[in-house]
This record gives sequence, structure tokens and C-alpha cells, in this order.
Amino acid sequence: MPGQFEPLPGGGAAVALDDVEISIIRSLAVQLLELIGPGPAEDASDDPLAELFAEGPSEPPSDPVLRRLFPDAYGDPEGTPQAREAEEQRAHSAEFRRYTENDLRAGKRESALAVIRALDAVAAQSAGGGGAVLKLSAEESRQWLGALNDLRLAIGARLEIADEDDTDLLYRLPDEDPRKPMVMAYLWLGGLQESLVVTLMP
Amino acid sequence: MEIEKTESAEEVFAVPEPDVPWVTIVHNDPVNLMSYVTYVFQTYFGYSKDKATKLMMDVHHKGRAVVSSGSREEMERDVQAMHGYGLWATLQQDRK
Repeated sequence: MPGQFEPLPGGGAAVALDDVEISIIRSLAVQLLELIGPGPAEDASDDPLAELFAEGPSEPPSDPVLRRLFPDAYGDPEGTPQAREAEEQRAHSAEFRRYTENDLRAGKRESALAVIRALDAVAAQSAGGGGAVLKLSAEESRQWLGALNDLRLAIGARLEIADEDDTDLLYRLPDEDPRKPMVMAYLWLGGLQESLVVTLMP
Repeated sequence: MEIEKTESAEEVFAVPEPDVPWVTIVHNDPVNLMSYVTYVFQTYFGYSKDKATKLMMDVHHKGRAVVSSGSREEMERDVQAMHGYGLWATLQQDRK
């Protein structure tokens, strides 16, 4: 079945992708990679320990996609805290960010890179043809699962999907709406991720 | 005498440590798939399919669920892991 991962005997999963599908996922993964940005080691310094001890940012990202991927760890989204409590939550979130965000960014970068590598390999097989079968090991499947989720979170943030009603509205967009191609990609990636998670269920 | 003195000195400097555990809360969002959220709860926390599914349904219907509890350090680890999976999680002290 096209656009659906199937479990492979002995672990892993496979899906048939055509050239257009390969290029859509690849382009989205590259955009996500650019948004997440390089690690601290790529910024300067030849000191291999610099990255290990580099502190992450303390302020939440200004981009809505990054804010969704790296949310505040402290604070009740539904609560209305007193000024002192809100200040305390901001300080704790800032500290959490300093010690975790670099690692979180690195993890998401690795998953996106794994997707791009696998797509480049399968695109080489498919060269000139109508597509190829992408085969993933169990470990690659887990990276793909995370990356597909990150891509959907990113598109969801761009489309400003904030609750279930927004999702329902997107299903009913007229064809001429400029958001339509992004919505189609979002829904298609959802189906792909759903079929992949089934192959990984413990 | 000396022993008593030491004890009272310790009392003065002891930081009041209320015995209130911390909790990790996962919040609902319309993007994450129900199957994926269940998968994360099973894979990361090692919960049974039933428990993971119940927590996922709580997140979906009630808007949030407490998915783990423990020390603040442990909960920060869980929240970081949830963010790694793309779930929206926060930690707080469990004041009921």
C-alpha cells in the first residue's frame, strides 16, 4: 500500500516512496534542520570540550516552531500565577533551558539528518525511475518516528493549529487556499507516522 | 552539652524540605497522534499498554495527565525526555 510503512521480518520497516514524496520529505527535513541551527561547536572554537560545557540559551525561542519544539519546562499553561510565582517559573525554565536545550537540539538534528541520509540513499536507487522502497532498521525507524513527529509539530505551528477545531477547519479548506499544499503534506505525514508507530509498538 | 549544642545549630541551618513530591505533566496538543503518545508512554516509562492508553486518554480528554512523580531532578529528566519525543510536558510540585 503506498504511503504506508509495513513491518519487516526481524525488525525495521519499509515503505514505497515515489520521487515527489522523497523530495517533499527531504525538503521539509532540510528546512527543519536549518531552523534548529548548528550546534555550539560549529560556531567557533577548536576546543573539543567547549561543546560539552557550552551552555544553552536561557530565553525561549522567538520562532513559534522552535517554541513548540523546546517549550518551557516550568509553568502551568492554564494557570494564572501570582507575579512572584510567575517570576520563579521563568527563572526555573531559563535554567532548565541552559542545561537541556543544546542536547535536545542535537537529538532533533540527528533524527532529521538520519531521514535525509536515508532519503538520499533511496533516491539514488530510484534515479530516473518511478520510486523505490525505503527500508529502515529498527533504530532508523525510531529516528524517523521522532523526525516525522517534529516535522508535523513544525507544520502544525506554522499553520497555527492550536486545538482540535483548527484541525477540522483545515480538512475543509478550499483548493485555492494558499495553505492547502502544507495541509496536504501535514495530513500525509500523519498517515505515514501512524503506520510507522504501529510497526514499533512494543 | 556539646552534642546538644551541635544539634540545635543544625536545626537552625537546616533548609526546610517539605516532603512534597514533584510530578511530570503532559499537556494535550492537537498535533501529536494518540498512537504516538501511547507509544512514548510505553517506551520511555515502560508502562503497560493499558496504563499508557489510559494516560493518553486523560491527556486527550482532560487536557493533561500526571505521567510520573519523584524528585525534582528525576522529573526534569522526564520532562527533557518528553520534549525530546515532541510531547508538551512541564514539571511542578504536587500541591493537591
